[in-house]
Amino acid sequence: MNELRRKATVSGIGQSEIGRRLMRNPLDLTLDACVAAIEDAGLRREEIDGLSTYPGAMGPGGFSGAGISDVHDALRLPLRWFNGGPEHPGQLGSVIEACMAVACGLANHVLCFRSVWEATYQGKGKRAGLGLGGGESSGGGYRASGMMEYTLPFRAYSAVNWIALFAQRHFHEYGTTREQLAWIALNARRNAGKNPSAIYRDPMTLDDYLSARMISTPLCLFDCDVPADGATAFIVSRPERAADLRREPLFVESVGCALKGRPSWDQFDDLSTMATRDAGPALWEGTELGPGDVDVAELYDGFSFITLSWLESLGFCGKGEGGAFIEGGERIALDGSLPLNTHGGQLSAGRLHGYGFLHEACLQLWGEGGERQVPGDPQVAVAAAGGGPLAGCLLLTKG
Amino acid sequence: MSAEQPFRVLPRVTEENAHFWRGGEQGQLQFLRCSACRTWIHPTSPRCPECLGKGLVVESASGRATVLTYTFNHQPWVPSADHPYPIAIVELEEQTGLRLMTNLVNLSNEDVAIGLAVRVVFEQREDVWFPLFEPADAALRRVGADPA
Repeated sequence: MNELRRKATVSGIGQSEIGRRLMRNPLDLTLDACVAAIEDAGLRREEIDGLSTYPGAMGPGGFSGAGISDVHDALRLPLRWFNGGPEHPGQLGSVIEACMAVACGLANHVLCFRSVWEATYQGKGKRAGLGLGGGESSGGGYRASGMMEYTLPFRAYSAVNWIALFAQRHFHEYGTTREQLAWIALNARRNAGKNPSAIYRDPMTLDDYLSARMISTPLCLFDCDVPADGATAFIVSRPERAADLRREPLFVESVGCALKGRPSWDQFDDLSTMATRDAGPALWEGTELGPGDVDVAELYDGFSFITLSWLESLGFCGKGEGGAFIEGGERIALDGSLPLNTHGGQLSAGRLHGYGFLHEACLQLWGEGGERQVPGDPQVAVAAAGGGPLAGCLLLTKG
Repeated sequence: MSAEQPFRVLPRVTEENAHFWRGGEQGQLQFLRCSACRTWIHPTSPRCPECLGKGLVVESASGRATVLTYTFNHQPWVPSADHPYPIAIVELEEQTGLRLMTNLVNLSNEDVAIGLAVRVVFEQREDVWFPLFEPADAALRRVGADPA
């Protein structure tokens, strides 16, 4: 049991317009989400005394729409604590750190945000793949270093290649098949059809999936999420400061941010899993609740295999059993025993890069899922983000 | 090697990693190794990750390895005539966990498999010798193989 249990709440959420190639200023999108979250909590902006984000300001590229200083200055926030950067336990690590800040009393209300504008940036023809750095490599002179030194020179330009290597190993060890993995994508599309802000909403069949063009075996086009423009924000509040706010606060019951294996895409000791292996079990160390208590699961699907890895790592099924667990899609449907990625995930609703999963978990617990609302008044939700060496997760409870 | 070599991003070669990226000039696949506990180290580090010793020396590995996993990249990130091409993670026979991402070459795509025994072969570009891997079994080697 850790000291964080029920010492932080989510008191408000906000989201900007989401879409493909909105051609909007990324800070403008970011502020839409931030202002919406502050209003959703019923706070005044001078009450926001903490600010946290992933991955922080990164310049052009579409991967980050705004950094800490951009939002701090635009909203003239009187900050007592702030934190931004890429080296977190996954994208939601920035929210976990906000929970720690309010639990320690360093802030009362932390505004957390993540914004992306990759669709617009790619629409301008400037990004062929993550590793190609906006085309600078083709201009001569670029040389790979850091985390790219041992991937790019071997023509592994994109995270899809790196994740595919894990997926293939899982297929090899456990007999997992494309017909099974398909259900991550099919379930997401099925749910996106009930989400008016999702990007891809037309029904998808198993045949559609199996006949899609291959990107990096065994992953096809529909195993890859869709680049989007959009921003998401949360208010993380001290419980004693959240009690009188507009919304019923959602308690952070536990978090998982362990990474015991090597922090690397190619050097992780077990290639049939990822950093999820360490972060998942850590979530259950902080609570008396267990996987069987979870009413809704929002698990990162930047690539479909990552969701399967989270399902196994969080103990919803055994190691290697993920394929059988999702096969047929009944167990993970809205009316199944473990409703999964109820908004359509990043595969169909758009790559809001981790924050979209926590946003959806909150909506579901507040009973505001609309047509896609999970029945039975869900009380416990898990939100997880990150793949490869990135992994962080939160367990939320209502009341 | 096929006549037309595919585009490759070059690594930034430094004093610390030159043994790895340029060892191929002498036909050697080189890594740092701890002179105290004999652990092989990759990527490079100022200290041995096992015993934290600082006495690290460059040594040549056998170049014999096993394929741990692979993927065929189909997406044309960079135009090339050889799609789909195999990317793999291989483990050197010297030590469990001594591994690297690489490309498998000189074989038919249909022979690519987890567990395949491979050996290093080098492809030079400018000041870099890329360590790539081909089948250890001569019967599986196809020099300049086309994609299956």
